[in-house]
Amino acid sequence: MLPPRPAFSLDRLGSVIAILIGIALFAAPFATYRATRIASGEARLLIEALPISMGAVVAAVALGVAVGSVLVREPLGRLGLAVIGLAILLPSLGLSAGFLTPAGNSFARVSPSLGFWLLALSFSLLAIDAFARMKLDPYGRLAALAAGVSALAFLLVSGIWDDLSILKEYHTRADSFWREARQHLLLAFGSMAAACLVGIPLGIAGHRMRTLRTAVLQGLSIVQTIPSIALFGLLMAPLGAIAASVPLAAALGIRGIGATPAFIALFLYALLPIVANTIAGLNQVPAAVVDAARGMGMSARQRLMQIEMPLALPVILAGIRIVLVQNLGLATVAALIGGGGFGSFVFQGIGQTAIDLVLLGAIPTVGLSFAASIILDSLVDIAKGALA
Amino acid sequence: MKVASVLRLTAVVLLVLFIAMPQAFAFLFEPLTDNRAPAIYNQGSLLFLTLQHLRTVALATLASTVLAVALGIFVTRPSGAEFLPLSRSLVNIGQTFPPIAVLAIAVPLVGFGEKPTFIALFLYGLLPIFENTLTGLTQVSPQTLEAARGMGMNARQRLFQVELPLAFPVILAGIRLSVIISLGTATIGSTVAAKGLGEVIIAGLQSNNIAFVLQGGLVVALLAILIHDGLGLIERFAARKLGRSTDEVP
Repeated sequence: MLPPRPAFSLDRLGSVIAILIGIALFAAPFATYRATRIASGEARLLIEALPISMGAVVAAVALGVAVGSVLVREPLGRLGLAVIGLAILLPSLGLSAGFLTPAGNSFARVSPSLGFWLLALSFSLLAIDAFARMKLDPYGRLAALAAGVSALAFLLVSGIWDDLSILKEYHTRADSFWREARQHLLLAFGSMAAACLVGIPLGIAGHRMRTLRTAVLQGLSIVQTIPSIALFGLLMAPLGAIAASVPLAAALGIRGIGATPAFIALFLYALLPIVANTIAGLNQVPAAVVDAARGMGMSARQRLMQIEMPLALPVILAGIRIVLVQNLGLATVAALIGGGGFGSFVFQGIGQTAIDLVLLGAIPTVGLSFAASIILDSLVDIAKGALA
Repeated sequence: MKVASVLRLTAVVLLVLFIAMPQAFAFLFEPLTDNRAPAIYNQGSLLFLTLQHLRTVALATLASTVLAVALGIFVTRPSGAEFLPLSRSLVNIGQTFPPIAVLAIAVPLVGFGEKPTFIALFLYGLLPIFENTLTGLTQVSPQTLEAARGMGMNARQRLFQVELPLAFPVILAGIRLSVIISLGTATIGSTVAAKGLGEVIIAGLQSNNIAFVLQGGLVVALLAILIHDGLGLIERFAARKLGRSTDEVP
């Protein structure tokens, strides 16, 4: 489809990436130094932020990647460039933090600045573009994800990054971090599981009864339209009333604020994609296949469990993917009504204008949604492959 | 359809009445308050907050529509084709970012108030519109384009007279999705001191006043549902019009 290329041409995307790298190296600070956690930052250029030899290595590698991204067109070569760039850049951030923090000073904070972010962005863009062009099969994508996660885990565990402000923020609240992480996962996955338990049978029923289908889908799409914080608010009043009048409910932990309204709201949001995709999945099962199964003497239950559901599985999984990514994000807002989760750090951070605290909540959330979307996309493709 | 129209009309009337003169509804919310706390939000006019909320959403959506459609057109032209695979992946990745994370990260960069909210709405609003512009433009059938070319249309004429009109309903659906997400994100924007309806809910949460939380939630929810509904009507109208006009082509 592409027009024929002249014999020598510069790659356009590569050129954009090279420009970004140039700006990052020569016109933007690499790191920010702050005397205390909430003091205003002082910018440090790459040559100031690292020992001179290390700074030279980072600059040389980045320039090499810039030149390479303009000249190399093969996806694998580009991926290699991106990996080399990241492998030098990411540890150097930790070294920079150690270098900039005065010895024995536990108040000073070093965080990445625009230059670092631009470099990381350029290398990631190169990698993402390479992955998009390589069109990996689901197992390849899962392997790439596993490699990325292991590299990140190594950087975190090895202590290279320990002098960075966000990890200092983590170390002062490691206990609450894992507590909120558990709460976040519980909210996101628990409400998803509940929505599957209710939504899939509802979808099966809706597939068979037209009136039920229209009513349920319309009702749920209205729910989906309501902004999260408003839905939390709308659930608080009735739940509060239940807790006040039914002692058993209160004893079970059902209250107007906290995790209960958040859980119910996430559950309600999750229902639409699951019900709609169950119906869509069942609808696309060819009638001839179901007829053949009937002809073989299968009962209605056997047809559903052995024929229709397996054939509908990829579409249902696609619905679960939407729900999981949506829930992991929405669970952040639960912190506003005392529901816990990573949002607690985000909102505390906003309150204290402490960006590191905000990032401590935001980065795991984004990472989780990102991983969840890759894993479930791969599962959808594997399920499709199993049917083909 | 009759029932739907009656419901729609009732909802609009109730919403407008409540926003214009909330005190008239105080009796409904009084049972929810204790210690003689105010039953109706009293730290600002609901009408003003609603208009402010809608203004933020409208401006951000307008900005993201312009940029997203332009980008969508760019990557579907031969000169931008190299960016197509990357931009598709970026949209997929971008959508895994929760809006609240975008909002929270913008605060340290630009300070509290309208600005971070606008940035979050603008950036997050780009995704559905860009995605739908791509879908809309790439699903125009090659035969149609070939016919347009055969009629002697140049690239610009094909874009404005064939591709964009055919993609219009799909782009509109993207804008609708973007508006709905923005309405919700703008509500959360009140946690970073942007003027908007979220203020009512947040004030209620802070002072433990369920009446505020409920009325804020009701107004935001009704507003979102009605706008979603209204944009849906426009979309269906556009699709119908398109269906007719293509039928007229022999």
